[in-house]
This record gives sequence, structure tokens and C-alpha cells, in this order.
Amino acid sequence: MESYVREDKEKCEFSVHRSVFTNEQILEEEWKEIFSKCWLFIGHESELPKKGDFKRKKVGGRNLIFTRGNDEIIRALYNSCPHRGALVCREDEGNTKVFRCFYHAWTFKNDGELVGMPGKDGFPDAFNCDGSKNLTEVTHLESYRGFMFVNFAEHAVSLEEYLGNAKEYIDLVADQSEAGMELLNDPQEYSVRANWKLISENSVDLYHGMPTHKTYFDIKAKQDPGITKVVLEGKGTDLGNGHAVIEYKAPWGRPVAHWTPAWAEDDRQEIDEIKNRLIDRFGEERAERIASYNRNILIFPNLIINDIMAVTVRTYYPVRPDYMEVTGYALAPKDESKKFRLRRNDNFLEFLGPGGFATPDDNEALELCQEGYLNNFEVEWNDISKGMNREQPHATDEEQMRSFWRKWNDIITKAKAKEEVKI
Amino acid sequence: MTVTHQEIVDFLYHEAELLDEWKLEEWAALFTDDGKYLIPPIGNPDADPAQSIFYIDDNRARLEERAKRLLKKEAHVEYPHSTTLRNIHNVRVKNREGNSISVRCNFSAYRTKREVLDCFVGVLDYKLLVTDNKIVIQEKKATLKLDSLRPHGKISLIL
Ligand code: FES
Ligand SMILES: [Fe+2]
Repeated sequence: MESYVREDKEKCEFSVHRSVFTNEQILEEEWKEIFSKCWLFIGHESELPKKGDFKRKKVGGRNLIFTRGNDEIIRALYNSCPHRGALVCREDEGNTKVFRCFYHAWTFKNDGELVGMPGKDGFPDAFNCDGSKNLTEVTHLESYRGFMFVNFAEHAVSLEEYLGNAKEYIDLVADQSEAGMELLNDPQEYSVRANWKLISENSVDLYHGMPTHKTYFDIKAKQDPGITKVVLEGKGTDLGNGHAVIEYKAPWGRPVAHWTPAWAEDDRQEIDEIKNRLIDRFGEERAERIASYNRNILIFPNLIINDIMAVTVRTYYPVRPDYMEVTGYALAPKDESKKFRLRRNDNFLEFLGPGGFATPDDNEALELCQEGYLNNFEVEWNDISKGMNREQPHATDEEQMRSFWRKWNDIITKAKAKEEVKI
Repeated sequence: MTVTHQEIVDFLYHEAELLDEWKLEEWAALFTDDGKYLIPPIGNPDADPAQSIFYIDDNRARLEERAKRLLKKEAHVEYPHSTTLRNIHNVRVKNREGNSISVRCNFSAYRTKREVLDCFVGVLDYKLLVTDNKIVIQEKKATLKLDSLRPHGKISLIL
């Protein structure tokens, strides 16, 4: 069996075969082995503050209702009527006691239980005694510090175990406010005409920062001439299980709690207060890490938490090998002052949003890679070796991408081997 | 001075033409010093910028940066420049007060690059000012009438 990923530690060479970005069969494997078996981000607890709150979500290609029942329990229900299959929930979000399928008007409580059917006399008394006509609930839904994940597999390791070393970094984000963090309204839904794995790479790729985002840094440098002198210094780390992180000193302002000359002098006081609260809670060293360091966290396969000039939570799914759908959320401290919230949101849309000065260029880079894969017959391999010659890879190296590819390769190679045995 | 409906329409056509011809600095110069250019979240045109992330929320300085950036070779997404075409329709004057005029119109904007055509449609709300016999823009808000930014993937052109 040929391999898609080659790692040669001696030669410091790591390559990925470009067919993984174009091949239909590989996409099929990914749906079966990755998106149907890994823990996938569905949303944040803060999205459902009240009983009856719900949001419609598409996760792993499934149509789900993310809902808080009258019993206060958060569930993920398959949005499909047990009768003939129609979507029972058509609104994107809202608050409701019941979901009513319009086709034949079966009605379900917000915990999924079937409570009403017109023409009940046509069904035996024992109908639905086993609950099989309730909305089906996703078996595995777990939360880690407010971040909620589903898993569609029959048997799954616990979320805690799955996240492993990545928990440390999620903690650094979740700890930013004693009041908790919240996902803001109106996620940005966009797309990229490229393979989904290219976003997993790009989101933890600091190497491309300068060449791709020069225009952004030029604009920032006018506000704070010091910004270009800050070397993007830090580490790239394989966290195991396909998760990875880059952590590096922030060259820009962070609303929690790193001041920049681009902001007004009197904002400094508020920043100091936030910082002091962090010091009280976590001590000098950890407070400094939370406040002044950036983290781009990749949770395998498709969750990115970018804790940079604002915090994005981003997921993405393939539609075709060369087309993906992206959903980007903004995460922020619940108790943030209006002034800093606006500043944070301004940072977000300026760099991270699809109308900003950076994300569209990332989008373009990925699309150009995808176009380059038209040459796959003759030019077969991607190079992902940067930093293999170093004991501790830098944040601008590519160790964090290798981590993703090791896991990806492990899953896909095992699946292929099984299939070959069957044949 | 009173401005006629036709003069307003002509002004909007002129703005669209500047954008289609990539005369972006001239476009930025149409705005007042306190001018704003906004694109609210899809489906939530009255969103609060502290509760939701806008696509664009530019003050005068940043809309000028936006214009300048898009003219640079390093604005990779628009290099080489895409081909764009903007249409303005259904122009309604909503309100006139002194020298300020609120105008609403529908728009469609097409962008093609690498043989892919993207179409943006929506409503533009303008706050225009008439000063020294000239129309200037105090605020331009583009409300997209789309379900999402799919398949466009980005808003790299000025709408
Ligand atoms: S399909 Fe839902 S009630 Fe018939
Ligand atoms: Fe980037």
C-alpha cells in the first residue's frame, strides 16, 4: 500500500502526497473515519442560556438541533422527523417549548419527546413506548469548559481523553474571565474553494504571516511603529492526537490584557486592572502568558481556536475535495466593558473576518494551492519540513502541521489497510 | 441648494463607476471626514457591533486604508484585479432634512476572477450631505440579502 505521508527524520523531510487534496475516495474515507468518529465542535454553552433556547447546527454533515430542554439539559438532536424524515426545525435559532414538524404535524418537546400526533386513533396505544419515535439524540455530547463537542461513533473515548494535552491551551482561553466566556451572535459563514485540510494547516501557520499579510502589518505599523520590530517569537508544539498549537509573544494589542501604543493612553488603566485580576487569580507568570501571548490552537480535525487580537472559534467541512464551508465565531469574556468589546470586535473584523484585511488573502492562498494541484500528475508532493532540524521547533516552523498530518495519516492508512484485507 | 432625484441617481452611478474602474482613492474621497462604511452581519442589519461581528465597520481612516490596500500588489486576493460590475436599482429618497438626504437603493455587484463569477445582492442605505454644491457620503451601509457568504467566501471588493 502506498503512503500519503512520508516522514524522514534523518533527512529532516516531511512530505504529503497532493492527491489527498483532490481525490474523491479520500474524501469518502474522511467522512467515514474522521467526521463520523472524532469529537466535533458543535457550539458553546453560552449559546443556550435559557430553557428552550435552540440553534440549528450542521456538524459533520448532519443536521442537528442544539437545544436546552425545559429540564435545563443541553442536547444535540438529529433534526429529522421520525415519521417521514422532514426537518422539524426550520428556524436558525430561537426559543421554543416544542418543535412541530409541518408535514403531518407531529410535535416534539424541546427534549425530543413525541407529544402530539393528529389522528392518534390510527396508532396502537403502545405506539412509541420504546421512545423510538422521539427525535433521535446524538449519543455523545460532552463539554469541556463550555466548548461542546459531539461524537457520532457508537463507542468513543471521553472528550477529556480526546483533547489530552490540548486542554492546557483551552484553559488559557477559558480562564480569560472569571465571569466565563461567550460566543457572540451572528457567526460568519463563508467558504473557500479549496480542500478543508488546507485550513487546518493555514490556521496554525505563522510562516505565511509576513508575506501573505503584509498589507495588514503595514496598516498596523502606522498606528504602532513598534509592531514590525516584534519578532514573531515562540514555539510550535505537537500536542498529540493530531492537536497542535503555536504560542508566541503578541505583536499587537490584546483586549485581554495587553496594551498597544495604537490604543489611547487612558485605556492602559483598564488593561492593567484586567491584568491585575488575572495575577490575583493565577499568579504573575500564568497571567502574563494569558495576557500577552497568542495561541493558535488546532483541535483535530477541524476546530481552530485563534486567541490572537481577538478570539475566533472556527470549524469547516468539505463539500467537495476542492470546496469547503467555514463557520467562524467570535468568543469574548462575558463581563467585558463595552469599550473593550468594541475594540476586540474591531480587531476581529479587521484581521479575521472575511471582509477584513487578512482572511481574504488566506482564502486566496488556499485557492491558489488548490489550483496548483491540477499539476498533481507530475508534481506530487507537498513539503512540510520546516523546523525538523531543530530540537524545539519555532512557531514559524511546521511541526504543528506535521502533528495534524501524522494523525490524519494514521486514521486513513488504517482504514485503507482494513479495506485491502477485506478485498 | 436642492438636489434633484436625477442628480442623486447620477451620483450613485458615478460612485459605482469609480469602483468598477478601480479608482478607489477617488472613491474614498467621496466620504466626509467622519464618514463611515458598514456591512452588518447577514440577516441582522440592525446588529449591535458590541454583540455581533460586522463584516465591515470602517471609519473614514480605515475606509481609506481599505481603498489603498486594494490597490497594492500585496492585496493578494485582488491581484491581479478582479473584474467587477455594479448595478444600482430602485433608488428611493427616504428623507430630506436641510442639506442631508437619506437614500436607499438596491444593488447587485458581480465579481469575476479566475473564471469564477460571484454575485452579491443587497440594499444600500446612504446618508448623503450636500455641501458646496457637491454631494458627499456621510454613511454607506450595505445590507447583504444573502443566506451566507457562500460560495463567495469573502468580501474583497467594495460593495
Ligand atoms: S414527516 Fe414529520 S410528521 Fe410526517
Ligand atoms: Fe493568514
